[in-house]
Amino acid sequence: MTAGRRWLVVVRAGSLTTVQDAGRPGLAHLAIPPSGALDRPAWRLANRLVGNPEDAAALETTVTGVSLRAGVTCVVAVTGAPAPVSVGGRAAGWGVPVALQAGQLLEVGTATAGVRSYVAVSGGIDVERVFGSRATDVLSGLGPPPLRDGCILPVGSTFGPVPAVDFAPYALPAARLRLTLHPGPRRQWLSEAGMAALGTQTWSVSSESNRIALRLDGPPLERRDRLEELPSEGVVVGGVQVPRDGLPLIFLADHPTTGGYPVVGVVDTDGVTACGQARPGTPISFELT
Amino acid sequence: MKVLPVGRHALLVEVDDQWAALGLYAQIQRRLDDCWPGPPPTDVVPGARTVLLDGLEDPGRVAREIEGWEAVPAPPARGESLVCPTVYDGPDLDDVAGWWGMSRQEAIAAHTATTFYVAFCGFSPGFAYIAGLPSGLAVPRLDTPRPSVPAGTVALAGEYTAVYPRSSPGGWQLIGHTDLVMWDVSRDPPALLRPGMLVRFVEADA
Repeated sequence: MTAGRRWLVVVRAGSLTTVQDAGRPGLAHLAIPPSGALDRPAWRLANRLVGNPEDAAALETTVTGVSLRAGVTCVVAVTGAPAPVSVGGRAAGWGVPVALQAGQLLEVGTATAGVRSYVAVSGGIDVERVFGSRATDVLSGLGPPPLRDGCILPVGSTFGPVPAVDFAPYALPAARLRLTLHPGPRRQWLSEAGMAALGTQTWSVSSESNRIALRLDGPPLERRDRLEELPSEGVVVGGVQVPRDGLPLIFLADHPTTGGYPVVGVVDTDGVTACGQARPGTPISFELT
Repeated sequence: MKVLPVGRHALLVEVDDQWAALGLYAQIQRRLDDCWPGPPPTDVVPGARTVLLDGLEDPGRVAREIEGWEAVPAPPARGESLVCPTVYDGPDLDDVAGWWGMSRQEAIAAHTATTFYVAFCGFSPGFAYIAGLPSGLAVPRLDTPRPSVPAGTVALAGEYTAVYPRSSPGGWQLIGHTDLVMWDVSRDPPALLRPGMLVRFVEADA
């Protein structure tokens, strides 16, 4: 098969399906968000299952899955949020390599838990790179736009042998989250009561959450009375910011690189991964270190 | 100089003002070129009075190192600079001149006479907050942001000036425009303005 003749047709794009890879770290000083797959372990696993390098570009769905018609015979794997998978109308496996013949339809249905499924294809999604990455950044619009019905995705031609596996271990998304929270730079912007509540209260994941941030609903955190504004400062993935309304949010991959509200704590990598799979309504609390 | 924790892999270094932050950013750049202790950070992000170091393997060690540094509130450094030819025809120029108690021409002269430095980027890719206006010349943001400001628009807000890298909504006071292409994803680096650069505006004919 010659390069340039490998593709997938998007039959049903789903609510928000994007191309994701390792994103664009190292450019935050130019206000370019890190972006990239939210559930990195699931994204890497999907690539390994189809014989790709771990960091190849794959698709990230949002709850409602995606349907793709193969323009080339290839191997696909669906990981992350568990969802029914079918090929040509017949049930196929989740979390395993699945053969897809040219012309066949791959359907990834609505996730039964979690939010984001990853669909890797042997050869990787081969859209143009922007600053070294093929990732869609929903905040700044860098990278390819989200998938639309009918669009065509080029597929790369470099991949290795498909591993012989019939089961790949992957932790299912949790029904409630207890996240380890490390100290952030602006803890003192919370009152004593606010700080205590941060470590004891349970919030619920808001439906306003997206790739930029996981937003939390619940009793507002009390901030100290401060008249001055916090001048813009750099923020990190996993940063827990408390805006004026006292409702914390957790920065995810497409977060703005600077912010003017206090960051009171930072969730570590595993916590950020869990946030990427947390559905609206999921109870969430913090364990302060 | 105060070193604040940012989780397990980052630090926020806080200094007294914008000039000290620029000096610190320049100092970090120099040390990264010469003699950084251990693995370098993945990101160094200046802010209005901070510099964030992200992607550190051992923030504790870097924190101890930084606490021994002297704060030098002197800007740059690498000697990179940009001259930005500007047509002063913005819809808010008369308002700005009014706040400054100047004529339109005097306001243009004040802007072109200032030596600016790119303090930090934020808001959107390539959007540079350019510091240097005397604090007496700070201007408020618009009460109602415009839904669309064209790329290349030269604007003011607070003590900062900026040149919109891409068309976007904007609440800054618009004083003119430049034909320079501020942002181009196919260029490396994509942004004409990067933290630490010296910037001068010169008046261009319409």
